[in-house]
Amino acid sequence: MRITQGTFSYLPDLTDQEIASQLDYALGHGWALSVEFTDDPHPRNNYWDMWGLPMFGLADAAGVLHEINECRQAYPDSYIRVCAYDSRQGRQTVALSFLVNRPAAEPGFRLDRQETTDRRLRFTVHPYALDRPADTRYGPP
Amino acid sequence: MTERWSAGVLHYAEMGYWQPDYVPKPTDVLAAFRVTPQPGVPPEEAGAAVAGESSTATWTVVWTDRLTAYDHYQGKCYSVDPVPGHEEQYIARIAYDLDLFEEGSIANLSSSIIGNVFGFKALRALRLEDMRIPPHYAKTFQGPAHGIVMEREYLNKFGRPLLGATVKPKLGLSARNYGRVVYEALRGGLDFTKDDENINSQPFMRWRDRYLHCMEAVNKAQAETGEVKGHYMNVTAATMEDMYERADFARELGSVIVMVDLTAGYTAIQSMAKWARRNGVLLHLHRAGHSTYTRQKSHGVSFRVIAKWMRLAGVDHIHAGTVVGKLEGDPNSVAGFYDVLRVNQAEPDPVKGLYFEQDWVSMPGVMPVASGGIHAGQMHQLLHHLGEDVILQFGGGTIGHPLGIAAGATANRVALEAMIKARNEGRDLLTEGPDVLRSAAKRSRELDMALSTWGDVTFNFESTDTPDVIAVPTGA
Amino acid sequence: MTRPGFAPDRPGFALDRPGSRAPGQEPAAPEPLADDATVDLTAERTGAGVDQTLDSLESDLVGLEPVKTRVREIAALLLVDRVRGRFGLSAGPPSLHMCFTGNPGTGKTTVALRMAELLHRLGYLRRGHVVSVTRDDLVGQYVGHTAPKTRDAINRAMGGVLFIDEAYYLYRAENERDYGQESIEILLQYMENHRADLVVIMAGYADRMETFFASNPGMSSRIAHHLDFPDYSLDELVAIGELMLREQRYRLSAAAGTTFRDYLARRMTQPRFANARSVRNALERARLRHANRLIAGDGAPGKDDLMRLEPADFLASRVFSS
Repeated sequence: MRITQGTFSYLPDLTDQEIASQLDYALGHGWALSVEFTDDPHPRNNYWDMWGLPMFGLADAAGVLHEINECRQAYPDSYIRVCAYDSRQGRQTVALSFLVNRPAAEPGFRLDRQETTDRRLRFTVHPYALDRPADTRYGPP
Repeated sequence: MTERWSAGVLHYAEMGYWQPDYVPKPTDVLAAFRVTPQPGVPPEEAGAAVAGESSTATWTVVWTDRLTAYDHYQGKCYSVDPVPGHEEQYIARIAYDLDLFEEGSIANLSSSIIGNVFGFKALRALRLEDMRIPPHYAKTFQGPAHGIVMEREYLNKFGRPLLGATVKPKLGLSARNYGRVVYEALRGGLDFTKDDENINSQPFMRWRDRYLHCMEAVNKAQAETGEVKGHYMNVTAATMEDMYERADFARELGSVIVMVDLTAGYTAIQSMAKWARRNGVLLHLHRAGHSTYTRQKSHGVSFRVIAKWMRLAGVDHIHAGTVVGKLEGDPNSVAGFYDVLRVNQAEPDPVKGLYFEQDWVSMPGVMPVASGGIHAGQMHQLLHHLGEDVILQFGGGTIGHPLGIAAGATANRVALEAMIKARNEGRDLLTEGPDVLRSAAKRSRELDMALSTWGDVTFNFESTDTPDVIAVPTGA
Repeated sequence: MTRPGFAPDRPGFALDRPGSRAPGQEPAAPEPLADDATVDLTAERTGAGVDQTLDSLESDLVGLEPVKTRVREIAALLLVDRVRGRFGLSAGPPSLHMCFTGNPGTGKTTVALRMAELLHRLGYLRRGHVVSVTRDDLVGQYVGHTAPKTRDAINRAMGGVLFIDEAYYLYRAENERDYGQESIEILLQYMENHRADLVVIMAGYADRMETFFASNPGMSSRIAHHLDFPDYSLDELVAIGELMLREQRYRLSAAAGTTFRDYLARRMTQPRFANARSVRNALERARLRHANRLIAGDGAPGKDDLMRLEPADFLASRVFSS
């Protein structure tokens, strides 16, 4: 399956060129850029691992692309995303966030149902990846 | 002096309600009314009458006034301006002292300002156009339970408008079928689905059954996409106790959002806003019934005032117009409504119909919702007019898709993401939008079919609610 | 608040800006030329705005003829290289990393700024800004500290010039626990792999740069252009001083002119003379004495008195007593 997190996940995967255009857009607004990765794609997983620190004060996106490619080399089988952060008063939040890397095979999620009272069910969304220990979650068994 | 207090009838303007030299205090609540006096009534007298009848006055002098510091409590009409192009209309601006209002109560605010004066015979028509809420008063309200920024962080969705759809047909579906519609729409790519305003708890579908089926649909869709999804559970009911019962149940089932109709009343809405913040659940407001009094330019209450009141009351979402859809919405007026909801500090802007400056002192913004007759083929116009912090709801435009509901949802999502990507790359939305849609459609069968089905549908009627001023391009 | 159809806030980021392109891409060259086409080099020059940069270099800096000539030569080389590219003759982005050697105050930073502008105008750098660093900005004090510092400076300089002042301090052979070597390794990698994105200019004293390059042949081999900045002559220093005074709306009386020249002749021979910077410092002190002279004196100074420096304003200096 294909998880559809991030702003452009219903479009074909962005080329490096297209990523650079989006990064330029972010830099034009003065947003800081950061690269994050994870092997746990649960929708409520807010804190992905940070690849280095967020990059402030950049004039050009070349450095960010370099970091993205370094991260892809280090963690080819992780989800990697780029976040653009807007630090203005009244926002102080992420302004743009999209995936730049996916594992070759995405096992997706299992929906667990736990019966409780009357017809109620308690649902849990469980990523299949988490069935395996960290560091072995994607790729051949 | 004794004249002022002799028993009998005096003109309002002579009782102190018309004060052209009054300079509004920073703590005053200000209102702008569009006044159409009856023939023979001078505009200042009409303005003073409105000021009087929305504050302390009555139709004859009363000695008990002298038991109060009456000049403190009087509403003061401080300016009356003719409306260009409409001989019979005037804009009267009125200042009310902060002491006239109970802290943090929309019911009191509305009873005070519009509770009495609109039936006044000396006026042929009256419309409350805009209000300025001073920070001192704004701070007594809770404000949005979450607000735009918090909502995005809650859902983990950034950089694009959110997508929704109202379940159609409006009425008649049973709970199980209803859940099917929700499931298909959410798994296809929408972020939210929605109960319509009149879906409460009817013989064909009771609320509890609906909630159970919808939450199953929401959870299935979450598992299939890996995204946070939601369905606005309508908790509107006959009594507050019933509303709390329904809202609590929705929360127990894990819904991220509930919904209430404007017809539930301001007090109920404020109660629900407090509940929403206490329980960490988003609150969507459907503005049911507003057009009865917001649509005609000469009489009623402008929607921008309702929007302000609802931001103070504390809703997270409110329907605010689409510009290009099937329901009333002049582009400039709608831009004004969106500013009222989203902006932290607004300046007066006659082109958008904003009469006063308004400082929200960091009260979070409300996410505006655009809903009603819009489809994927208008994505570029929607993004251009409405911006990024908005929820675009395509009810018919999702469910009516020839390939099915999920396909309809996917078509909308693909169109939106493609348009955002193109905008970020620097392309001009209005001129290049159709091209962007067409090239995105080449890689999405769903979008391709959506465009062929609805590509030419537009709703072009003259707006009834337009600002008085239009921007005229300069000769330069 | 969001505005419909955001326009980016920072100028220069719209993607339809001439010469702008995505990172990693080749310079935005005009269409390729057929084998039998000819090129109007003057038009190319004017089109790129090269003359403006060279002219401002002329007006910014007194003297430095050898440097100005070199810059003009490099500009010509890059222009021709660009045109050759249109005929399909050049392969890959050229190496543009440079080394500026000379004593302090000889204009190295100013030339670096102009060079960045030139490279931007000719399409070799996307942004054309300069990030100026020294060893302390690049090297950390403990393990793991250096790489992020160096990468941060490089990322900020991407699209422009990374100007490393006294670059030889990165290398401390005598101290094995020094982390400068790590910074050098990282710089070497970026200098090699990001030639289209970044130009590194190193600056410092000639002899120490020589030693640095001798111990780091990898670095030396990546420097394409060496520019030496000679010390200013006495006449040039006087001219610099007069230029500064004109900018600050002061003037020298005839007598003061002679004294000032004398002052500089003596100061040049003394230790720690920093060329243009020393001239600036001397003028600051002269202004101080001028102000105190006016306050101490009686009488009402007119506009010219407020502008005019006299010999006394210089003679008080220790330079004359030692």
